Amino acid sequence: MFQIIERRMIVPNLHELVVEAPDIAQAAQPGNFIIVRPDEYGERTPLSVADWDREAGTVTSIFMQVGGSTAKLARLKPGDSMPSCAGPLGKDTEIENFGTVLCVGGCYGIGSLYPVACALKEAGNKVYTLLEGRSSYLLYWQDRFAEVSERVIEVTRDGTAGYKGHISRLAEILTLEKIQPDLIIVNGCTFLMMKTSKVTEPMGCKTIVNMNPIMIDGTGMCGVCRLTVAGKMKFACVDGPDFNGHEVDWEEFLKRRQTYNPEEVHPLRKSGCASHF
Amino acid sequence: MAKQIDYKQRAMPKQEPFERVKNFDEVALGYTETLAQEEASRCLGCKRPFCTQGCPVAVDIPGFIQCIVDGDFAGGIRKIKETNALPAVCGRVCPQEEQCEQVCVLGKKGDPVSIGRLERFLADWEAASGATETPDIAPPTGKRIAIVGSGPAGVTVANDLALLGHEVVIYEALHDAGGVLTYGIPEFRLPKAIVKREVEYVKSLGVKLYTDYIVGKTKTIDKLGDEFDAIFIAAGAGLPWFLEIPGENLNGVYSANEYLTRCNLMKGFRFPEYDTPIKRPSNVAVFGGGNVAMDSARTALRLGADEVHIVYRRSRSELPAREEEVENAEEEGVIFDFLTLPIRLNGNEHGWLTSLECLKMELGEPDDSGRRRPVPIEGSEFIMPVDAAVCSIGNSPNPLIPMTTPGLEVGRKGNIVADEETGKTSRDAIWAGGDVVTGAATVISAMGAGRNAAKDIHEYLSKK
Ligand SMILES: Cc1cc2nc3c(=O)[nH]c(=O)nc-3n(C[C@H](O)[C@H](O)[C@H](O)COP(=O)(O)OP(=O)(O)OC[C@H]3O[C@@H](n4cnc5c(N)ncnc54)[C@H](O)[C@@H]3O)c2cc1C
Ligand code: SF4
Repeated sequence: MFQIIERRMIVPNLHELVVEAPDIAQAAQPGNFIIVRPDEYGERTPLSVADWDREAGTVTSIFMQVGGSTAKLARLKPGDSMPSCAGPLGKDTEIENFGTVLCVGGCYGIGSLYPVACALKEAGNKVYTLLEGRSSYLLYWQDRFAEVSERVIEVTRDGTAGYKGHISRLAEILTLEKIQPDLIIVNGCTFLMMKTSKVTEPMGCKTIVNMNPIMIDGTGMCGVCRLTVAGKMKFACVDGPDFNGHEVDWEEFLKRRQTYNPEEVHPLRKSGCASHF
Repeated sequence: MAKQIDYKQRAMPKQEPFERVKNFDEVALGYTETLAQEEASRCLGCKRPFCTQGCPVAVDIPGFIQCIVDGDFAGGIRKIKETNALPAVCGRVCPQEEQCEQVCVLGKKGDPVSIGRLERFLADWEAASGATETPDIAPPTGKRIAIVGSGPAGVTVANDLALLGHEVVIYEALHDAGGVLTYGIPEFRLPKAIVKREVEYVKSLGVKLYTDYIVGKTKTIDKLGDEFDAIFIAAGAGLPWFLEIPGENLNGVYSANEYLTRCNLMKGFRFPEYDTPIKRPSNVAVFGGGNVAMDSARTALRLGADEVHIVYRRSRSELPAREEEVENAEEEGVIFDFLTLPIRLNGNEHGWLTSLECLKMELGEPDDSGRRRPVPIEGSEFIMPVDAAVCSIGNSPNPLIPMTTPGLEVGRKGNIVADEETGKTSRDAIWAGGDVVTGAATVISAMGAGRNAAKDIHEYLSKK
């Protein structure tokens, strides 16, 4: 059993979950994910790792409440426990001194982007952070990012913070901000990662995305997380989850992600992600 | 007076096909005491028993069968357990027709003794009697062994080394122990309560089990090496293979691993009581001809499919599945399309599978394996409407440990290289066995590998 240290809603529909899992906390690296099961009937749900405390032995994830299993997670309280928490899974995000890196985050991906930004900064990069959301009240952790970034840029659809609009304005925003990234890393919902990859392709700037397919075991056994990258079949759990966004077959990926929508009653659309674009 | 030889095997009671396709309960019901004793009496008690030689772990077969004849069931199960820690499992899933029963002398003129069913009878008798005997455990040696994976290979090593007084810890990546016995083989063939019982038994010997623990990720092999005197890797099979034909990423196309894991480990067949969903398609095609294909096809029937096809490119006699499971599948109404090669999967605009295109084959010249090679018949393409397809053509070994363990020698297919006799790997104090070494094989061969490795590990620890 794994103790819940904290579970609270940080912005509407997004929850922070802190679990006691000392071995995972020891091993966690940027780009990894964990698999949790809220109770004995629950699904195995992959969640990106957003933070960890090696001394306290805790790992933190940010999750969006979308279906039955995440609703169960959202009901957990400090002091409760969960039967499963396994990880850290997936390859680590590649960190080196690339020069200037733009980190783009949205939704729960703002959380998982944070350790990436920290590690990039530590490796000597000039880090810029761009947070994107439907409205200012959906953005979080700006102060944390400010500590490791040259600048934190906000983009909101309703213009309540930063630039008005969405990530399709990226080229223009980069010009205005005078940023010439050597690398772009995107963590967030599929739409944000796809859209960013589409706008950065003509710019010729390498763009890494942190893919979020349906998974079951997450350990390289079941094959449900397969996707097409550069024309080849890849498995997100062991070959990824980071891939080159310009090489991902997005259309296929989006369709595969919707396989169980009827069963899981995705209120994703209501939460605004899909209506972004 | 010479004993009258009885060449006719006693049939094992089963659920009727029309009943059983509607439930996930075990198909085979097992021998009654009377049937078991009748069947056991057929054994000739050979002085030099071929059957024992045919068993990968050399169970004293005539010995336990004589116990059944004598009504000494406790003695019988004790005999089996001398060499086989999982009799309730093996009695159900071993390919006996290729092992012990294949070489039974009665088989020359009639039916061989039904060894698997008798083994199962004793194991079930013991469970029902509630009087499981715990063998003597040697005094503690102070040596610690880590085992990676709780499938048949891992559990066997844990059992053997715990009995020898070593401290054993099993690390299992999934949330439930048992390996393929839990996530792959369906309830109707191997009830999960039996697997649980066997795992509990090994735990009762003092073995510690940590689930949700992914060696290589949660902790690397090298870090474990600092805490343990020896490591045994039994991580089993990994990434599924696909046919590499167009359309395999359409929705509705599954690997058998996914399909069976959803159903067995995650209990998708009880959705929405359990949260993991599984689709209930009406026309299903299963690719492959092994046990995994049979399990997938029969699972699809039980989930309510109208028509389930097994699409296999060779003919019936080449099916690698256990004969009994092929018969069960046939009785239940699975349609076998032999000499048929899937060439393309077609979908609709939403990315959902709608049909399967196949090619008819005929048998040509024998290939390297001596089997006649299937060759496509030109112009024989045809289309089958399907809304689900399950690919059961095998898998490569689990990649996580090789990926994170420097210096561990790996073969061309990603399998861990280990000595055939001892299971010793290229790294000091590390052994490996089961599917992660051989690629997909059998429960009993994984157990055999475990048995040999345990012996070698014990020798190594005794000298240390
Ligand atoms: C559907 C199906 C039906 C089958 N039917 C039969 C049959 O009828 N008869 C028969 O003899 N054989 C059958 N087999 C084959 C048989 O089940 C396998 O050969 C056998 O289980 C292999 O045992 P193993 O111990 O090597 O590995 P597995 O049973 O695969 O167990 C390996 C375990 O290791 C765990 N693991 C993997 N990586 C890690 C890690 N990094 N850290 C911790 N744990 C890890 C896995 O989660 C798994 O639980 C079948 C297989 C399948 C899939
Ligand atoms: S373990 Fe398998 S091979 Fe050995 S006697 Fe039993 S059924 Fe036969």
